[in-house]
Amino acid sequence: MPYDPRMVQPMREEMVKMGARELTSVADVDATFGDPKGTMLVFVNSVCGCAAGNARPALSYALAHGTRPDQVVTVFAGQDLEATARARQFFADYQPSSPSIALFKDGEVVHFVHRHQIEGKTPQSVAESLTAAFDQHCATTKVA
Amino acid sequence: MTGHVFHPGHSALHGTTVVLDTRKGMTYVGRFHEETAGGMLLHDAAGFDSASGNSRDDFLRKTAKFGVRIDHKHIMVPTEEVASLVPFNEMKI
Repeated sequence: MPYDPRMVQPMREEMVKMGARELTSVADVDATFGDPKGTMLVFVNSVCGCAAGNARPALSYALAHGTRPDQVVTVFAGQDLEATARARQFFADYQPSSPSIALFKDGEVVHFVHRHQIEGKTPQSVAESLTAAFDQHCATTKVA
Repeated sequence: MTGHVFHPGHSALHGTTVVLDTRKGMTYVGRFHEETAGGMLLHDAAGFDSASGNSRDDFLRKTAKFGVRIDHKHIMVPTEEVASLVPFNEMKI
């Protein structure tokens, strides 16, 4: 059962403030995943402070990096149920957990961070892992 | 811990994904909730039976890469059956 929307609103705002676009409906998800070109990070948000309390700041740090995905979107597990279920269909090889982070390149998952890889870590160490993935997968080659 | 958090007042392992090995050859990977008089309670746990003949290391490697397959929504393991309990992200796999 979803939490009171008023309780989770700060967690939504934390995402929007760092530049993520919320996907709250199946239509939002389908429209976003409909054009798979480029790089996109999907953050599965969660109310669980055990891991999400570090995951959101980690992403915020990572997005300050020079190289970053073309798009950053978020679904809220346990809150926006249908949107989250739909988004997870696009990375169905990975077991659902929240928070979690999927990095797509041209429609394929190229990097995935599970909840267990966030637990107990500092936001900075999770961010380092993410920025390494950004450097590997999101860097663009400039043609002279 | 930073950001907006819930679950204050629990043990240090609360909410952490752990690997629990039993003295009977079972391995569970799941989210530790608490230890009670009845044992250790895990949520959303994958289970591996060493009697299956498959490799525990392969099970752990696959779980690390693709996530925790939920075989047990909740499972209570009696404390006396617990051989070891380690946070999953501290394991060398």
